[in-house]
Amino acid sequence: MDNEPAFFETNGPGTGGIVGQPLDRVDGFAKVTGQAKYSAEYKLPGLTYGVLRTSEIARGKIQSIDTSVAAKEPGVLAILTHLNLPKLAKTPNDPDSKKAIGAPMGFLPLTSDQVHYAGQPVALVVADTYDRAVHAASLVKVNYAVEKPVVSFLDPKAQVFDPEKVQDGKTPGHTRRGNPQEAFAASPIQLTATYEHAINHHNPMEPGATTAVWEGPDRVTVYESTQGVTRTQKALSAMLGLPTEQVRVVTKYLGGGFGCKGSTWPHTILTVQAAKAVGRPVRLSLTRPQQFTSMGHREDQHQTLKLGATREGRLTALIHEKTSTTSPWDNYAEPNSRIINLLYNCPAFESTYQLGRANVMTSTFTRAPGEAPGSFAIECSMDDLAAQLGIDPLQIRLLNYADKDPTNGKPWSSKSLKQCYARGAELFGWSKRNPKNGATRQGRYLMGMGMATASYPVHNNQGTARIRLYADGHALVQTGATDLGTGTYTVMTQVAADSLGIAPDKVRFELGDTRLPTAPNSGGSVAAGTVSSSIYMAAQDVWQKLTKLAIQDKKSPLYRAKAADVVAEKGRLVLKTDKTKGEDFMALMKRADMPDIEGSGQGKYGAGYETGRAPGPADSGHEDDKGGHSMHSFGVHFCEVRVDPEVGTVRVTRWVSVHGAGRILNAKTARSQIIGGSIFGIGNALMEETFRDPNLARYTNASLGEYHIPVNADIPDMTVEFIDEHDPYINAMGVKGIGEISMVGVAAAVANAVFHATGKRIRSLPITPDKVMNSLAV
Amino acid sequence: MNLDTKGDAAGTPHNSAPEDGTRRSFIKQAGGILGLALAPPLISQAERLTAFSKTVEGVSTMTLKVNGTARTIQAEPRVSLLDALREYLDLTGTKKGCDHGQCGACTVLVEGRRINSCLTLAVMNQGKEITTIEGLAKGEELHPMQQAFLKHDGLQCGYCTPGQILSGVACVQEGHATTDDQVREWMSGNLCRCGAYPNIVAAVREVAGKA
Repeated sequence: MDNEPAFFETNGPGTGGIVGQPLDRVDGFAKVTGQAKYSAEYKLPGLTYGVLRTSEIARGKIQSIDTSVAAKEPGVLAILTHLNLPKLAKTPNDPDSKKAIGAPMGFLPLTSDQVHYAGQPVALVVADTYDRAVHAASLVKVNYAVEKPVVSFLDPKAQVFDPEKVQDGKTPGHTRRGNPQEAFAASPIQLTATYEHAINHHNPMEPGATTAVWEGPDRVTVYESTQGVTRTQKALSAMLGLPTEQVRVVTKYLGGGFGCKGSTWPHTILTVQAAKAVGRPVRLSLTRPQQFTSMGHREDQHQTLKLGATREGRLTALIHEKTSTTSPWDNYAEPNSRIINLLYNCPAFESTYQLGRANVMTSTFTRAPGEAPGSFAIECSMDDLAAQLGIDPLQIRLLNYADKDPTNGKPWSSKSLKQCYARGAELFGWSKRNPKNGATRQGRYLMGMGMATASYPVHNNQGTARIRLYADGHALVQTGATDLGTGTYTVMTQVAADSLGIAPDKVRFELGDTRLPTAPNSGGSVAAGTVSSSIYMAAQDVWQKLTKLAIQDKKSPLYRAKAADVVAEKGRLVLKTDKTKGEDFMALMKRADMPDIEGSGQGKYGAGYETGRAPGPADSGHEDDKGGHSMHSFGVHFCEVRVDPEVGTVRVTRWVSVHGAGRILNAKTARSQIIGGSIFGIGNALMEETFRDPNLARYTNASLGEYHIPVNADIPDMTVEFIDEHDPYINAMGVKGIGEISMVGVAAAVANAVFHATGKRIRSLPITPDKVMNSLAV
Repeated sequence: MNLDTKGDAAGTPHNSAPEDGTRRSFIKQAGGILGLALAPPLISQAERLTAFSKTVEGVSTMTLKVNGTARTIQAEPRVSLLDALREYLDLTGTKKGCDHGQCGACTVLVEGRRINSCLTLAVMNQGKEITTIEGLAKGEELHPMQQAFLKHDGLQCGYCTPGQILSGVACVQEGHATTDDQVREWMSGNLCRCGAYPNIVAAVREVAGKA
């Protein structure tokens, strides 16, 4: 275990078979009893409340801001504006500082009199009660010199340009493989289609929230609703000019994130500054409308995909162009091209990104960034190809199955997609699908069946964990990870229990605090694989130390054994050759008068595990392709819809998802996560759309009443299965994340089912009743 | 308003939709005929207000009976029941997801009936029996609905969960949990962004089956 990567065998040494079991959530009791404390729920002495006043206009200049009336209100303690915000060591307003901070947006409100987007904070009011702060914020008078905003990339005023790179420099603006233009021109089958995507908002149930407490003049604790305490700590310490360890960030419970809590947004640092200004703790929760303009969104975008194929249905060329809206400062676009380049065996590929600057805040990663909209384009076009050639949609995918990564020719570390297709088709009853589109009726309804492939990369990352094993048989396991609701608390308890050979109820697992060892952001599906591996490695460290102890202990049955001959098995150290010879760790530690022993370990996820290299300064996406294998999870979604041709409503009536995602750590929470991602995708497919006023560039439906996410009545029972997949290349646990792949391909599966039901292709998300009615009228 | 894609929930007769002043019908009323204060549910709201018609201004003392215990707070009359629970009584199990009666995260039981605690003022709820998630279990012994949510994994992040559980308790008591489709319809006032809906249906149905 020193040089070669360790790999956790399910039934091998040290395991009790707990990993994979459908254990109930270990944090479930706290959550069903209301005891779980989220970031805006810490009762602190002297607590005050911060409320943002945000801009009603999308573009212009603050001519004057009058806080005098508001300041006289009872209980008001401070009003921060651009005129008096305490100075920061760094702001993201210049590109180098933005990079140092790791800020998602190259502008910090309250640092200038310029207004760049509607909803931009212009003042932060602190008062002794929430209601007083809300009222005082409404009394701040702001006079603007209003300018006409640019609304989106479609606005004729928008500057549309070809960026060198998108996604904060992680994705090239232009990629080419083979001779795509020539290959397309020479293809007997040529399909060109444009796909439109509405703005989507993550809308976790818990809005963004910060509680900031200055423990001293240069030491601050921040209870933050974030997917990564370490990243928040880094951002805050850079902006405040404080040593890292003087900024503590705590996130014990997180009310969902879906990407919007993966970065440090302006309200967080503003709250920290407000707490400094009033000398008391400040709690700030975004209101739901503010949530729409404070933590990013999935950008509005058009994609044009040209697909060339032979008459037999084999792909010859894929040419992808994406144009999307970005903010005045940043070149952010989801990397849609990644999945289009990768999913099928195709000799020629090209992708181009274009951006249009508008008066919006910067968009950000939203569950399956790039893969979700990219899969919509490729998977609808593949369906079109199947329809045009009269080939079954599943068959066309098998025909173009990629046995190795078409982007670099590398073998897959593992790929169970064929098994996923077969099992999914069987569970769904795909063979019963009518080969004709628009030909299946159930009463007055049109019925349709659709499917789509899913895939998501194993991003390169790493993290650390610490274990303190007690002689009484208990263990404290710590790492600064977060649990978005994904099940981190639960699955890591299982991994620790198996790695140490003790029962899960003997493990106390702590996360969500920068005082704990560093773990990656929970994003890009990296958490499960990285954190589980780091815990496993920490356990190996403990066993190595105990082995050393045993072989030097005259009273141990392992006295004078070679360390290399000793293995850990179910809480015991035993000889490899004779497993009856050995002892449990408790006996060993008690004899040595050791109340506890500590171990720590580093877990590598993705290419770095195979190569042994560090993941580099950035996270997800950095050096993903440096290993000898191409690392991705794959899966498939099958969907049945019922379309009402009289009013255009689409209902999902049946759903089957089958994924191959490495080792599944907990069958119950994994199933829930796939269901949840599919529902997220059904929202994206059928209802989610934030409207920007075409003149004012303000969101017109920034509420949960008008931004529709799926409700219980929208969702049928769902079937989820996993293919048993063993992948020794990706990390010590053989785990691929499932948070994102769960929604990849979902919108396409729904759209393909609608196409099958009606015979009409809708390429604009969401597929709302008006679009269905229009399509039927043609 | 939407084209009522939700109203045509699989097989649910239209007349079984909630019309008793809960979130959905309230939004329908408010959205459709805003300002027509004579719509029936609003009359009853007004009557309730009249019952406490003494003028209250500034910070005053109010007593709320929460989970069987009378608790006294000093608060302004504009404080919602939700904020009173969270900010004045440190009962943070009741969640704020939207503060507009649109998400159901703040669902509590008042006199045994589920309401959105963000849509009512604390001062109006004096003298009423208020049950929050903290009052559902008997010590370490969980309420059957809490147990069922754990067993069926009817939660992920947990933020909508207290509201879902209290809504589920009321849903069963109302007799609105006799089929899966009925549960889907009558639990649709409680949003879950993690997408635990199928598991929530399973949990509520299990409890209904035992009731």
